[in-house]
Amino acid sequence: MLRQPLTRALALGAPRVTPLATRRFADQVPAQPDKVELFIDDKPVYVAPGTTVLQAAAQVGVEIPRFCYHERLAVAGNCRMCLVEVERSPKPVAACAMPVMKGMRVKTNSDLTRKAREGVMEFLLVNHPLDCPICDQGGECDLQDQSMAFGSDKSRFTDIHFSGKRAVEDKDVGPLIKTIMTRCIHCTRCIRFASEVAGVDDFGTTGRGSDMQVGTYVEKMFLSELSGNIIDLCPVGALTSKPYSFAARPWETRRIESVDVLDPLGSNIVVTTRTNEVLRILPRTNEEINEEWLSDKSRFACDGLKRQRLVTPMLKDSRGNLTPVEWEDAMVAAARALRDCPSDKLVVVAGALADAEALVALKDLANRLGAERACTEHYFPLDGAGTDLRSSYLLNTKIANVEQADMVLLIGTNVRFEAPLLNARIRKAFIQRDTDVAFIGPKVDLTYDYMHVGDSASIVKDLASGSSSHPVLKRLEQAKRPVVILGADQLQGAEGAALLAHTQELALRLQDKLADPEWKVLNVLQRTASQVAALDIGYQPGVGKALEAGPKVVYLLGADGGVITRENLPKDAVVIYQGHHGDAGAEIADIVLPGAAYTEKRATYVNAEGRAQQTLPAVTPPGKAREDWKIIRALSEVVGEPLPYDNLDEVRARLAEVSPALVTYGDVQPNNYFAQARALAQSLKQPVSGKLDVQLKTLEDFFMTDPISRASPTMAKCVQAVIKQKSSPY
Amino acid sequence: MLSSLRTGVQGLWRASSRALQTTSTLQHDSLFVHRDTPEDNPNIPFEFTPENTKRMEALLAIYPEGHKRAAMIPLLDLAQRQSGGWLPISAMHKVAEVLNLPRMRVYEVATFYTMFIRRPIGKYHLQVCTTTPCWLRGSDEVLNAIKEATGCEVGGNSPCGKFSLSEVECLGACVNAPMVQVNDDYYEDLTVEDTKEIIQKLKNDEKPVPGPRNGRFASEPLGGLTSLTEEPTGPGFGVQDALKS
Repeated sequence: MLRQPLTRALALGAPRVTPLATRRFADQVPAQPDKVELFIDDKPVYVAPGTTVLQAAAQVGVEIPRFCYHERLAVAGNCRMCLVEVERSPKPVAACAMPVMKGMRVKTNSDLTRKAREGVMEFLLVNHPLDCPICDQGGECDLQDQSMAFGSDKSRFTDIHFSGKRAVEDKDVGPLIKTIMTRCIHCTRCIRFASEVAGVDDFGTTGRGSDMQVGTYVEKMFLSELSGNIIDLCPVGALTSKPYSFAARPWETRRIESVDVLDPLGSNIVVTTRTNEVLRILPRTNEEINEEWLSDKSRFACDGLKRQRLVTPMLKDSRGNLTPVEWEDAMVAAARALRDCPSDKLVVVAGALADAEALVALKDLANRLGAERACTEHYFPLDGAGTDLRSSYLLNTKIANVEQADMVLLIGTNVRFEAPLLNARIRKAFIQRDTDVAFIGPKVDLTYDYMHVGDSASIVKDLASGSSSHPVLKRLEQAKRPVVILGADQLQGAEGAALLAHTQELALRLQDKLADPEWKVLNVLQRTASQVAALDIGYQPGVGKALEAGPKVVYLLGADGGVITRENLPKDAVVIYQGHHGDAGAEIADIVLPGAAYTEKRATYVNAEGRAQQTLPAVTPPGKAREDWKIIRALSEVVGEPLPYDNLDEVRARLAEVSPALVTYGDVQPNNYFAQARALAQSLKQPVSGKLDVQLKTLEDFFMTDPISRASPTMAKCVQAVIKQKSSPY
Repeated sequence: MLSSLRTGVQGLWRASSRALQTTSTLQHDSLFVHRDTPEDNPNIPFEFTPENTKRMEALLAIYPEGHKRAAMIPLLDLAQRQSGGWLPISAMHKVAEVLNLPRMRVYEVATFYTMFIRRPIGKYHLQVCTTTPCWLRGSDEVLNAIKEATGCEVGGNSPCGKFSLSEVECLGACVNAPMVQVNDDYYEDLTVEDTKEIIQKLKNDEKPVPGPRNGRFASEPLGGLTSLTEEPTGPGFGVQDALKS
């Protein structure tokens, strides 16, 4: 369990043993103390002092069994499974908590070690029910695996005839996590996760000795945007996924590595499928983005992929109802509408979940028809450098580097709900590196303490010009690695351009003074997974100007954000909707073309850092739905302006033509045109007076933000649970 | 007809011989989860009294800034004394609020220590030691006498609500066994009669004199010293002549 003041004190003395060395900073490398030599099973290994035996063993490829130890959590040392023999030590030592010493000789496979492990395993199994056949963890259970590998081959357990096994009542911790607390082995990983990473201190141990139990003591649900991770952390079946309960065994599923698109970070995921059905989504380790966590929306919204789907092309009939038709009819109708439309009256709007291939194909088609109005739902100021310089709209510091920051200024972004894993990084920096966080915007709960500077946009101007008297300015100027994160939502209004200009000025003024020339200060946090790719491809941000012209045909590519409504369109406008869910966009459409969701296509998404990643098809699109770029390619044929690509490689070649960054998968191109952007923004530094407000304020706002999560019953239950919890006295 | 009767009888016999549970479950006297009751729920307000607020501030002043959470156990004790010997959930919440800690951290401590009692108890909490030395000296009789006199069961309250009875492990007064702790006082060297007398006095809200009941002052031998009776020898006793100066 994290004792925060203590941990902070300890963190000062002992820097993290294995920093996630994404890059090294000029002033960061302290004189490295001499490495310590020790021997793991007679294999010599050199490690930094302060490394634990378990980590040293991992370096030479010796895996020591463990339950409570986890690389990303504080060391607890309470399961004792990692006991190893150390020469000249009177008894076995817990490898996870034992710092290395010079000349130490560790034996991880000696008789004593094996006996110790066997004994620990025997004790753990005394109170662990043997219900593996009905346990959801079966097949991916650490206890199961380790008892096979390290346990005894026979049982001496006769207590069942006298006192029975311990039984613990189950807790209700919400609609996502099912608890079977009798199976708990008290590793306290969930407690440490809740306390350290999620920042919701609701879990703990109550009681003592054999009566000890892990739980919440009172009837309280564990509601956090990261709660699902404790399912992965639990080494046994005490915490399992409620939506996935009794659904499948791990060996009968297919796992497809993919990328999440429900938030702008593009967390890496594994999509588990069976018989063409997405069963669950798990995180995939990517140190640069999500470490090994995943937000609850990304993890549990997958049941929304089976509901509210558009499975067939549809046309609006004479009575105004959408009726299913064949692809041919829908294509002909759409092509006729496009061809008959004057080129300046055609508007293309890309939504939150659109992939880069579909975006480029649709823009090419529109351009071939002479139309220039290809826009995204979210606005971004075009004055000054606008979207011409990539650095203006990206998270330039990069997600992983945020945890190296010593001062974070958040401007109008509730990063906890807009990008939960970025918030987890900031929290990590807050706890482990004493990073200060300042926030401009409404008071929200970010799970850590922050300086609330106010909610007025003029504060940004004062900070940028250096005229502010707030202590945060001094703190920012002293910081060696400051980070400024601006929420893209704040750029919507009339003052957006000025706010962006002030933020750029502030960030670059700070950046100029840094000793480390590589450190980037300016960050803009986009709200959706498609926005960066769309801006890279050349979409115009925002639909305002396009709507002023009075469009005749509106082509919505998954645009469900509600910015296009029937009210703001001319009466005779034809709306073509291409997407995968029957949501706001399909509701107003005259022609519906069913597309594929992110689990059903191989597609490119660019995350908020500007990192291109691709999803892989885990299942086939339902019904008559097709991959999005193929629909557009087919439509172009019918319109009579065939696009010059016939397969995915050719589309990607086209993407590379537009911007090579779109196809360098996994990499982030460094951005360097900050000075130019700053120069172009000089004339925009108008006074700003508005209040900064964020859209997602509390947890119930977080769960349903896009067509997939709005269709998900699990997410609906989460919202209900949060509302119910609010009336609870606990 | 006869055979069906026989199977019926056999079925009955079998049912009684194969009960589902043949042994008592392994269970602690107290629950380690909270259940809302009319007496104990978070809607009952709890505030420290003015005197206790002063005590609270004095307690907090002992611990340096950043380590104020170390005051948790003294504060919980203070809250328990204020609420009549037991710790309501709202008192725990108050302590969490004072220390600026998550409530769970306070629950953890309050459930760990058996001296924090999380259910309403009587004015007099009778804790009978039944560990080996006291047991050998007749703690069972003492316990039965208390049960009889108060009507308490172990782990329960008396019907009048004045007494609560617990069986406890060694309280460190083995030399004066058997013993009973009533709230903060030890009553030692008990006989059944002594016990009954103590209970009677408590019933009348008189305070019996704490300490040994058999005439001893403390833990000295009952019939005077049996060893070390002679005068202590002076320095240099038993040292060989060569070493004497």
